[in-house]
Amino acid sequence: MKKTLLAPLGVLAVAAVALTGCTDNTKVASVSGPGTITVKEADNGDCTLSTATAPAGQLTFSITNSGSKTNEFEVLAADGLRILGELENIGAGTTRELTVRVDTPGDYLVACVPGQVGVGTRQNFTLTEPTTKETVSADRAQLQKDAVTQYVAYVKGQVQQLLPATQEFAKAFEAGDVAKAKALYPSARAFYERVEPMAESFGNLDPQLDFRKADLAAGQDFTGWHRAEEDLWPAKGYKALDAAGRTKVADFLTGKTQELYDTVRGEKFSGQVTVESIGQGAIGLMDEVASGKITGEEEIYSHTDLWDFAANVDGARVAFQTLEPLLKDSGDAELATTLTDRFAAVQTLLDEQKSGDGYRLYTELSKEQVKAFSDAVNALAEPLSTLTKAAAKTK
Amino acid sequence: MSGNQDGDAVTPLGDSSVPDDAGSGSTGPGRRGVLGALGAGAVGLVAGAAGGFLGGRSSAAPSDSGSAPAAADGGIVEFLGEHQAGIATPVQDRMHLAAFDVTSTRRDDLVSLMKDFSSAIGYMTRGIPIDSDAGSDPLSPPADTGEAYGLSPGHLTVTVGFGRSLFVDAHGKDRFGLASKMPEGLIELPHFAGDMLEEARSGGDLVVQACADDPQVAVHAIRNLSRIAFGRASVRWSQIGFGRTASTSTAQATPRNLFGFKDGTANLKAEDPQLLEEHVWIADQKGDTAWANGGSYLVARRIRMLIETWDRQNLGEQEKVVGRDKKQGAPLSGGTEFTAPDFSRAGPDGRKIDADSHVALAHPSRNKGAQMLRRGYNYADGTDGLGRLDAGLFFIAYVTDPRTHYVPMQTAISGHDLMQEYVRHTGSGLFVVPPGINAAGGYLGQGLLEG
Repeated sequence: MKKTLLAPLGVLAVAAVALTGCTDNTKVASVSGPGTITVKEADNGDCTLSTATAPAGQLTFSITNSGSKTNEFEVLAADGLRILGELENIGAGTTRELTVRVDTPGDYLVACVPGQVGVGTRQNFTLTEPTTKETVSADRAQLQKDAVTQYVAYVKGQVQQLLPATQEFAKAFEAGDVAKAKALYPSARAFYERVEPMAESFGNLDPQLDFRKADLAAGQDFTGWHRAEEDLWPAKGYKALDAAGRTKVADFLTGKTQELYDTVRGEKFSGQVTVESIGQGAIGLMDEVASGKITGEEEIYSHTDLWDFAANVDGARVAFQTLEPLLKDSGDAELATTLTDRFAAVQTLLDEQKSGDGYRLYTELSKEQVKAFSDAVNALAEPLSTLTKAAAKTK
Repeated sequence: MSGNQDGDAVTPLGDSSVPDDAGSGSTGPGRRGVLGALGAGAVGLVAGAAGGFLGGRSSAAPSDSGSAPAAADGGIVEFLGEHQAGIATPVQDRMHLAAFDVTSTRRDDLVSLMKDFSSAIGYMTRGIPIDSDAGSDPLSPPADTGEAYGLSPGHLTVTVGFGRSLFVDAHGKDRFGLASKMPEGLIELPHFAGDMLEEARSGGDLVVQACADDPQVAVHAIRNLSRIAFGRASVRWSQIGFGRTASTSTAQATPRNLFGFKDGTANLKAEDPQLLEEHVWIADQKGDTAWANGGSYLVARRIRMLIETWDRQNLGEQEKVVGRDKKQGAPLSGGTEFTAPDFSRAGPDGRKIDADSHVALAHPSRNKGAQMLRRGYNYADGTDGLGRLDAGLFFIAYVTDPRTHYVPMQTAISGHDLMQEYVRHTGSGLFVVPPGINAAGGYLGQGLLEG
């Protein structure tokens, strides 16, 4: 991702005109070809498409950002998690083009994200049967590259929603608004739990954000989400934080989350993601479930483990779906089918535990229900462990 | 049970100075007191009298259970010695270990308990039933429970140690007047990152480690000692280990732990007496704690292995975590199993030993030269109720001082080891193991209790 050259402030107004059309990272709107879908974006979240349906295949979007904030445009699967194609850093007042290939007809979403933070505005988008039956020869190397691009976009998408969610939580926590903070806690964390293995690859961020008290070595500070959790759901004998203490926890949490946001948007991150690390990430997410959430050890104060569980499963499933074209390309379609079925089985059990906007608390589950979860997770994780090899094959 | 003092081989142990009813806490059939007749000279007598005394059973015969063939040493490991057996002894295949809480508040009871333990251990390690007439009195419950009858002694060793809580209680109160004799190394182990210790599986005033070739022999030992202890101490927790995960002799092949990897390649061996002096035996105690010289510290950790998630890792990842290849146990820097790891270079396939691999973090060079004598066992205790096995490694190490030889290494491992993801420490114990009994008339812990 190329960084916009930042001209010194005084020069900006003059330079903007001169620069239009001739820098390497802003393009004047090209003549809209047949089938190009125009998108109008603005700071207030406007996200207007010239059409809400198109034939499946090669899609071309021409996106104009009439706002003053940098914007982005995403094409997502119907689950709102998996990103099939995106264009970031659409500068103020510019028009850019995005080409993305989606071959399967069905329901999708598009999103405009002013400021590149948060969930943005989403619109439904439907793909109909393709008009021409083009056969695209699958270049496996290209498929692997595409998978990496998509997965990086997904991680960025989750983190860019994590940031404002964390900030809102931190604000409520700092202010002592216990009810609000408790309500926001599990759903904010879900964005983190969906991409946790990636966060773990960044030095100290995961220990600082997500360590439980028992994970600490003697003398190590207890910070991050679970420190806040301990304060919001106090155990017997726990001494509550005062306002200054809450501010410290809140500031540290948002500061580190900002660091995570900056890191995943950096070139170093996208450069280090490979098909192997996506596969391992999926396995790592299910291991998280097996070793921590299934036993209720993750959220020992709040018992909101099922939120984390569901998020971990989301993350693993997106990673699998990102790699699925590779499985189909290399004759591993059967593995793909098995994994799809096993993911669905876990999801069914999770859906049974839905309550309001979230889930039942871990403590409300019966032993039989927990065992059923454990069996379903094992049934999924076993075949999932062969995902990396299948996807990384060069055929 | 007769208490006659005839020095004759057919006579059971007797002791004129300690009548059977000494020690008001003891219950059940009369107990042998001190190892009067069982001094060094008596060993040969007992073995030689196998035919008559043991009712036709020879301690040198192969066991009925069909385990190890008749050993040249008769399957016996000498109980008497400068150090307790079961430390530098070549590791046996089976273990039963139990921790006890001393329930009496009287020091006399503790003394009589240790005397009775020592006596029983003397018998059991020679494959002799604890009672003299093989339990044939119909009106008395047999003193020996009997399941080891007909079995070879199976190289049984029984090693006894004392926990911190024997000396001082949780509030620091001196329980038996022994607090001033507690050696400094008997600390409270700190919380290590990721520990999930269960109170009920940790600690203990006493520990008894019974190891043998035959699991029945090991279980028999703990069971009989537990019975002897009724009224004075009770079992706090116990652990059965079914496969050794260490070698303590160069004559032993390195076994595998439940990660499927060889375990104990770089272990201290009995054939290195210099290294044992340096790293295992306590030697520098003076004054009130001099009784501990010739002993050691036993670190016990019940380490659950998350074997289901481990099994889903690809081979490359498993080998990276351990720092060795799985099949041979050679370090990733190359060579064969016993080649020293080289942290600076890659092996023939281009892989280097990861700085956070288990082999790297446990290496003496990363721990100021500290080495441990490891003597752990695999365990598999049912399930966790979630369709998974509760299995792992019951880690045992003998060290000269846990403050230098265990805590720093465990701190580094718990903080950084790639293996940490796949293990959970669920139980813990630290014990000081007194020296052995050298001469007839001694008992384990005598230096502490009478010195």
